[in-house]
Amino acid sequence: MPNPILTIKNLTKTYGENVIFQHLDLTVNEGDTIVIIGPSGTGKSTLLRCVNLLTRPNDGQIWLDDLEITAKGTNEDQVRQHIGMVFQNFLLFNHLTALGNVKLGLTKVKHMSDEAATVKAMRELTRVGLADRADHYPGQLSGGQQQRVGIARALAMDPRIMLFDEPTSALDPELIGEVLEVMRQLSLDGMTMLVVTHEMGFAREVADRIVFMEKGYIVEEGSPDEMFNHPKFPRTREFLWKITELYGKKEKEAD
Amino acid sequence: MDFGQFISYIAQGTVLTIGVTLIALPSGLLIGTLLALLYVYGGKAASRIMNLYSTIFRGIPPVVLLFILFFAVSKGINLSAFWAGSLSLGVVSSAYQMEIVRGALLSVSGDQLMAARAVGLSRLHAIRYVVLPQAVRLAIPPWSNEAAIVIKDSSLVYALGVPEILRRAQLIGASSQKYLLAYLSAAVIYFLLVLLTTRLLNHLENKLAIPSNP
Amino acid sequence: MLTWLSYFQRFGQNFLRGAGVTLELTAVGLAIGFVLGLLLALARSYAPKWLQRAAGAYIAVFRGTPLLVQLFIIYYGLPELGIALSQNLAAYLALGLNSAAYQAEYLRGSINAIGAAQMQAGRSIGLSKWQTIGYVILPQALRLALPSWSNEPISLLKTTAIVFLIAVQDLMAEGKRAATTTFDFVGVYLAIAVVYLVMVFALDALLKFLERKTKIPGMDIETRR
Repeated sequence: MPNPILTIKNLTKTYGENVIFQHLDLTVNEGDTIVIIGPSGTGKSTLLRCVNLLTRPNDGQIWLDDLEITAKGTNEDQVRQHIGMVFQNFLLFNHLTALGNVKLGLTKVKHMSDEAATVKAMRELTRVGLADRADHYPGQLSGGQQQRVGIARALAMDPRIMLFDEPTSALDPELIGEVLEVMRQLSLDGMTMLVVTHEMGFAREVADRIVFMEKGYIVEEGSPDEMFNHPKFPRTREFLWKITELYGKKEKEAD
Repeated sequence: MDFGQFISYIAQGTVLTIGVTLIALPSGLLIGTLLALLYVYGGKAASRIMNLYSTIFRGIPPVVLLFILFFAVSKGINLSAFWAGSLSLGVVSSAYQMEIVRGALLSVSGDQLMAARAVGLSRLHAIRYVVLPQAVRLAIPPWSNEAAIVIKDSSLVYALGVPEILRRAQLIGASSQKYLLAYLSAAVIYFLLVLLTTRLLNHLENKLAIPSNP
Repeated sequence: MLTWLSYFQRFGQNFLRGAGVTLELTAVGLAIGFVLGLLLALARSYAPKWLQRAAGAYIAVFRGTPLLVQLFIIYYGLPELGIALSQNLAAYLALGLNSAAYQAEYLRGSINAIGAAQMQAGRSIGLSKWQTIGYVILPQALRLALPSWSNEPISLLKTTAIVFLIAVQDLMAEGKRAATTTFDFVGVYLAIAVVYLVMVFALDALLKFLERKTKIPGMDIETRR
């Protein structure tokens, strides 16, 4: 029985005159990895930021498990403990070491003791392959390393779902692989993930479902096989063809 | 009176100069920081009031404010010229320090705050554990400049009769008719004070710097 | 309150006269400071090493000591060397020499920002070093400096307030006279404060206007990193 972790119903977001997206419906079941693709500026990032309440939607509801997090009076800080977010620009806390970054939420939000927090933080850093860089500051790490710390930081809170907002878009090409590998492993381990990305190879191999969004609407969604090989809508076919041409080539070269 | 006595008479004023500075600067910092936090995080009404405070207290010449506060204070409470002068300078400095802290807070990108909230930190905690530590480092250079200004402005309290460096230079210059020597000596002492302070703060800045680029 | 407002009526003409002197002090100080400051900035960026150091020392000394002390040295001290200046001349000189040190820093900052790249561009078409400075670098640097340089006229306006201590008849001096007449020190000085605020606002508005008028489209400090 599929168990929905995240349910989005009829979500609408506008900025003044502009409609970013409207009447969006989306469900993410436990253990699923959902990948959202589509042209830039179609509201994908805004959607993610609505999910963890960094932005408030204008209409519609979002449920995390059984809790309607968009309801009035929800404790946003508490909700965010259960939703992990990885940013395009990493957004590590510049004044803290890698270990410090991962520990902050544990000590200040989960009120863990310093020792317990250190143990857990090191475990997460090991998981992303950066245990040996624990005492480095963000300024001393490469982009790929910073992003992996970002993932560790989000994972440390033991979230119900992980959101990835174009996690590799700000990375040099040769650093993308290490981050995608961590994400792939995460997916295999059963983490529920909602990923916005342009990395088609990742989408094809790792996603359980792919969602194609354009101009604020979900045009089509389906399994990777369905989307890549038998898309229902011409626009889907067109977009995937164009972008696979570009990124598909890169994947082949990387092999 | 020999040269040594001459110089040391003026130099003794250093104690009061430092005293004035050590009252004015920290009180300016305390008030300035509180106001800056209100300005940046307190909402629209608060930021308008703070803007007004900043405009007024940075738009009036320090010596005018010094006189206003000195005379106002001595009408009411019985404060010595030293305290009245020092606190006045503190009020003046608070407006400039508010701008410095405000600038530093705003320079820490809004993204840092967003990332902190995303991990589940409350707004208060996010400001305290993520924004402030970074803002402090950004504030040191302009603050070092402000410290130098306060040391120099402390000379204004001579007009209230406080026997700090300048006043002593004036007194001994008049009695010996050696004005040039007196004021040059005063200049040297101030210069050394400012130099020392800037060096110290520079050292502090280096110590606190966040390591980057191995 | 009414008494307070009446001060403006009663002493208004004196205040205006004093304000005029204040503005004059600001203008002269600014002008001297600009010419000298520009020379210092150019010396720091383009002159032989010893001159660079001398300019640096000047700036350090004038920024590292109180203006009041500098004023006293010029007015009370120089006569011992045979140079006896009137109050006003002493004030002009002190303000000018002091302002030069600060203006030099603003100008040097923007000269550096315009930078080596523009120098290379100028030299590459055959201009000499000083031609490049004159026709390529300075025109850009001066416009670039305007926003931060705008702090200086306002700062100077406020700084002139101390010259009443050597009996220059500026706004503060008029205030002191009015205060000792009425014995309402707080009230009169508050009125003086208001006049200063008005002057500062007006000057600020003027500077913002100038900034807008001389702006080169697309050229901001941000683009010059």
